[in-house]
Amino acid sequence: MSHIVDIRDLRIEATVRPPGEKSKQITIVDGVSYQIESGKVLGLIGESGAGKSTIGLAAMAYGRGSVEITGGEVLVKGTNILEGGVAALHELRGQTITYVAQSAAAAFNPAKQLMTQVTEAALAHGLMSKAEAEARAVSLFKQLGLPNPETIGSRYPHQVSGGQLQRVMTAMALCPKPELIIFDEPTTALDVTTQIDVLAAIKRAIRDTGVAAIYITHDLAVVAQISDDIMVLRHGKTVEYGTTDAIINHPKEDYTTALVNVRSIEHAEAEPTPEFLLQAQNITARYQGAEFDVLRDVSVEVARGQTLAIVGESGSGKSTLARVITGLLPAAQGALSFDGRTLSRDLAGRSREDLRELQMIYQMADVAMNPRQTVGTIIGRPLAFYFGLKGEEKRRRVQELLDLIEMGSGFMDRYPAELSGGQKQRVCIARALAADPKLIICDEVTSALDPLVAHGILKLLLKLQAEKGLAYLFITHDLAAVTAIADSIAVMYQGKLQRYGPKSQVLSPPFDDYTDLLLSSVPQMRLGWLEDVIETRKMESAGN
Amino acid sequence: MIRIPLAAVIGLFLTSTYFLVAIFAPYIAPYGMAEIVGDVWEPMSIEHWLGTDNIGRDLLTRMIYGARTTIAVATFATLVSFVIGSVLGFTAAVFGGWVDQALSRFVDLIMSIPSLIFALVVLSVMPVTLPVLILVMGLLDSTRVYRLSRAVAVDIYVMDYVEAAKLRGEGRGWIIFRELLPNALSPLVAEMGLRFIFMVLTISTLSFLGLGVQPPNAEWGLIVKENKDGIVYGIGAALWPALSIATLAISVNLVADWVLTRTTSLKGGRE
Repeated sequence: MSHIVDIRDLRIEATVRPPGEKSKQITIVDGVSYQIESGKVLGLIGESGAGKSTIGLAAMAYGRGSVEITGGEVLVKGTNILEGGVAALHELRGQTITYVAQSAAAAFNPAKQLMTQVTEAALAHGLMSKAEAEARAVSLFKQLGLPNPETIGSRYPHQVSGGQLQRVMTAMALCPKPELIIFDEPTTALDVTTQIDVLAAIKRAIRDTGVAAIYITHDLAVVAQISDDIMVLRHGKTVEYGTTDAIINHPKEDYTTALVNVRSIEHAEAEPTPEFLLQAQNITARYQGAEFDVLRDVSVEVARGQTLAIVGESGSGKSTLARVITGLLPAAQGALSFDGRTLSRDLAGRSREDLRELQMIYQMADVAMNPRQTVGTIIGRPLAFYFGLKGEEKRRRVQELLDLIEMGSGFMDRYPAELSGGQKQRVCIARALAADPKLIICDEVTSALDPLVAHGILKLLLKLQAEKGLAYLFITHDLAAVTAIADSIAVMYQGKLQRYGPKSQVLSPPFDDYTDLLLSSVPQMRLGWLEDVIETRKMESAGN
Repeated sequence: MIRIPLAAVIGLFLTSTYFLVAIFAPYIAPYGMAEIVGDVWEPMSIEHWLGTDNIGRDLLTRMIYGARTTIAVATFATLVSFVIGSVLGFTAAVFGGWVDQALSRFVDLIMSIPSLIFALVVLSVMPVTLPVLILVMGLLDSTRVYRLSRAVAVDIYVMDYVEAAKLRGEGRGWIIFRELLPNALSPLVAEMGLRFIFMVLTISTLSFLGLGVQPPNAEWGLIVKENKDGIVYGIGAALWPALSIATLAISVNLVADWVLTRTTSLKGGRE
């Protein structure tokens, strides 16, 4: 048998200790089996809570926190490592099997040079001498396409970019010449334009070294580029397990089909209209104490009842634009007008009517709601504040809003902690709707959500727009969401507008180099996409 | 039915016992507070459960009246320090800018002087009455509460839900009392248990040094002072107040811990 890892009927349980209650066992993985041959890549995919990281880590018999493997077998090269004891596991980890974590920035020790950390495992296991390990590290840096491979090892983690750090971690995993690497969402925290380079580097390294890998992600389009087999997981159970081709092109289960088709919302572009709801003219802004402008001469308009999407990678100034429009960061120069009247640059100078008609929804719904208030209080406050509703009348209106966001009854007295991620975001939408606004600023509202949940939120936003004639300023780095929802698009790059116009116009050639990079970097749900892009694109990511 | 952990039950029982004793002291105490009922330092007996003190007063009676003074002073001083400290701390966090600078630097100034020395200086020029004691201790201790509540509030103030409230146009009152305060309660309650005990220690120390509660009133620190000479002769009268302070400290903190776990539970503090 050439299986590196053969996992049979895995069962994993965790002990949870809710405050004030007795601790209890919950099953987080049940009856999962998979095999990996040498040189092959298995993709584990599922939404958060599906148990994908837990299953991946089980390949080295590791459980985080109070997680325990309570059933099944984990055979590594034919030996059941669950029976081997700690010393055997110590031999295995960092030598036969290595690990690449999601957040490279949090996984590196900031006080040590990169080289020390990359060679640490190889030296600790006595696999090679220091000189050998360093030579190997340099050759890996070269292989992974890192700049200055000879000297980058002497830098500290904060001195390289996020994309580079993720590749350094891949080099760290490859250094002891392992037979299997576990990649736990290695590109999730990266910008879309950086992700593609890291992805390509990882794929090349896997091919060149012939190492086997487990690739964990929530993005099916990403995993399709890199793996040979895919296992779709949900609630700790296997939904579907097969070759990449079979899963992507011929999914059998409904859940898999939904995942494959998740990016298929179509939204016909509305007719351009000269009737603007919000106009921002020549906005220039900088943060207090900073020595450069985060926004430079940006002018955008949002038409009544339509959606303007603002796209760009992190640091492009798109969220700052939202802060300027809301008045949280008063613009240094430029003018704002809303619904035909001038809007004060400063929050303090705006009327209650201005505030009411311009609402905002945040990226992290968790922190956008006061954890000590119930859903009823959260949604009811704008009703009381702007319209003076009280008692029964307010309660009825809150219930109407809950119906509108498709949540029904029974949520009124719950606390945010008792809601799922998608429900939290829906409550935030309801809170914005409660003010009966004309424009809602959506700041990355779908990027913290699982694809299927995000899909639901986008559909809800479209439905509300059709029913209530809302205008959206939709800020995102996810171009798939943009195609799904926008009428016009503004591409931002380094604080300036790079490209701006109706959706059809912005998304059709000829492209400038940056827009081309951004558009081509969005993973597509087809095999071989990665190779095509790397060959044809015009410029490399700044984070590279 | 709420299930209370054993540690909290013990804490609640002891704490409430101490407080009840303090409140109903005149009804519980077997003798008058300053009544001389026997010989000097009599041993424990049926008439005098803890024996008598250095001038022949019943020690149990002294302890009970001592609890009244000590706990009352500590409680009110804690309240003073929390009200002043947290209101100023939240104000500094919400207003920021020069308000924050002025308050924080002033607090730094006060904190740079050892608070016991500071209290001694103030009390030596002022008439030592209970309200003055409470005020002096409360004000000095409010600097610590200020520091904590400002730090907690600054953390909460940058949360998106506070920003959402600002965008809604909410006034500062709403932001302080509805958005900040409920989320800052957990660390403040935990701190309150600790500060209460420091108050007990401070008032005892002051009385021991002669600048706190004045005889013939009873106070635990004062009882230690009055009976400290007995220790040389193997008479343990001075140890009873020490034991009381220790048990009170532990039980109050058991209660504070329990409140803390309850308020940090997922359901927003209500079950």
